[in-house]
Amino acid sequence: MADKSSSLVQTTGHVWDGDLQEFNNPLPVWWTYTFYATMVFAVVYWLIYPSWPVGKSFLPGMSHVTYKNSAGQDESWHWNTRSKLLKEMQDADVAQKPYFDKLAALPYDKIAKDPDLNSFMLSAGKSLFSDNCAACHQAGGQGKIGFFPNLTDDDWIYGGSYDKINETITDGRHGYMPPFGEALEAAQIDDLANYVATLSGLKADAAKASRGKEMFHGQTGACYYCHGDNAKGRQDIGSANLTDKVWLWADVPGAANDAGKVTAIAKVIASGVNKGVMPTWKGRLSPQQIKLLTVYVHELGGGK
Amino acid sequence: MSFKHEKIETNAGILLVFTMIAISIGGMVEIAPLFFMKDKTIEKVDGVRPYTPLESRGRDIYVREGCYLCHSQMIRPFRDEQLRYGHYSLAAESQYDHPFQWGSKRTGPDLARVGGKYSNEWQVQHLLSPRSVVPESVMPNYPWLLTTKLDVSDVGDRLRALRITGVPYSANQEEYQHNVKKFGEKVADTLVIADAQKNLVAQAQEGNYDGDRSSVSEMDALVAYLQVLGTMVDFSKVKPEDLVKFR
Repeated sequence: MADKSSSLVQTTGHVWDGDLQEFNNPLPVWWTYTFYATMVFAVVYWLIYPSWPVGKSFLPGMSHVTYKNSAGQDESWHWNTRSKLLKEMQDADVAQKPYFDKLAALPYDKIAKDPDLNSFMLSAGKSLFSDNCAACHQAGGQGKIGFFPNLTDDDWIYGGSYDKINETITDGRHGYMPPFGEALEAAQIDDLANYVATLSGLKADAAKASRGKEMFHGQTGACYYCHGDNAKGRQDIGSANLTDKVWLWADVPGAANDAGKVTAIAKVIASGVNKGVMPTWKGRLSPQQIKLLTVYVHELGGGK
Repeated sequence: MSFKHEKIETNAGILLVFTMIAISIGGMVEIAPLFFMKDKTIEKVDGVRPYTPLESRGRDIYVREGCYLCHSQMIRPFRDEQLRYGHYSLAAESQYDHPFQWGSKRTGPDLARVGGKYSNEWQVQHLLSPRSVVPESVMPNYPWLLTTKLDVSDVGDRLRALRITGVPYSANQEEYQHNVKKFGEKVADTLVIADAQKNLVAQAQEGNYDGDRSSVSEMDALVAYLQVLGTMVDFSKVKPEDLVKFR
């Protein structure tokens, strides 16, 4: 066998174990011509797309992309990823324009009632919400106690009307409550917490609560100043309604017993709230996108 | 005598030389010309400035913790990326990054424009325990950032090192005046190497990034850095067609 192959094919001349040889075949013809074809392809490619550097510039290629400039006129530039992107974004805008025009023209409450527009709002709203809102308010808008408000209940810190939701998304929010731990004794804060617990029907120490009530409505605590005489909060400044059973900053639902619930409230009174920052989306999203998102958030369940 | 490729293939020395020649042609054609085309590739946009001392230290922590292994900072000019992450990244925006953090692997999302997208509080909570806010996340916890005091003793040296690479931190009055002209007085003040420590502490105090003003933690620095990413250029003032012309 060794004799037969060595007579037909050129070898490198190396022989191992007496008969193991290394063939020196030429490249297959199809392979060689494919290689030449890639060279031809490269030359064609250089002519069409930006390629070789020439001095301080480069060959722009013959392919051009036409897009609209800021003045609305057609403008043309050689093909590059940016000109192509600009064109693609503009084409997509044209495709979405009928929907966004209709969205801009209709009042908020009519949008969800138009079946066509409703499905557009739901699908576009879902991706906008996932990209921009879900990191804090969670995928379904249920929020996170101690951090981010629930958007599906009917308790709204800054108001749940279309206009208020739009305002919140556009300009953002910054919650603030002073830390009373600096001004009041621990016992006083405990009294206040007991009173606040009774506001929403939680079990609390009656004697402490009555002392707390006095502080709440008097000058010692002056809680009424922001939360109101009826403790229902003020949406214009974002102070919480303390009479409903909805909690954001105090982890009342997570407390094991009644005493734990009061402690959770006391903790917030002592340390205050200097968080609750909602970023502004003005520069990130267009007014139409914000309007769409407003309806989406409103429809999550809590809108008013 | 005809030249046969067998000569190259059977002689390691010659093979090495020819391989290096072939590769350098690629480099000379694709990389070297860019250094002569800066006017054509680096966009002329306002607002890009070097990082403040605190942001710069945050960036050091970003690199130390290996954030770049999972997060890129490069929004490519594709529609899907622009819709999710914001405007595509510009060359001008990483001109003071040494080394740049473009990255090549996205296990997590791109961070080139994460600045201002979330509150400081979210950033802190997310770094402490990512799954507490993003249930499907695979990011590790970084609890030590909040408990470790930031080492500010060498921040001046760090800025001095960056200055050697060409970042305009000012070491003398002349450089300071140049910065005032280029960035305005407010920014120029933050770039003075001699004031680095003072400026760092002041920014951490004012920004209160980690929610605790009593000391400057590594969390303060990292969040300050994250919150500035991609926010320097105001794209409402940039015409999209102007950027097209830098490619």
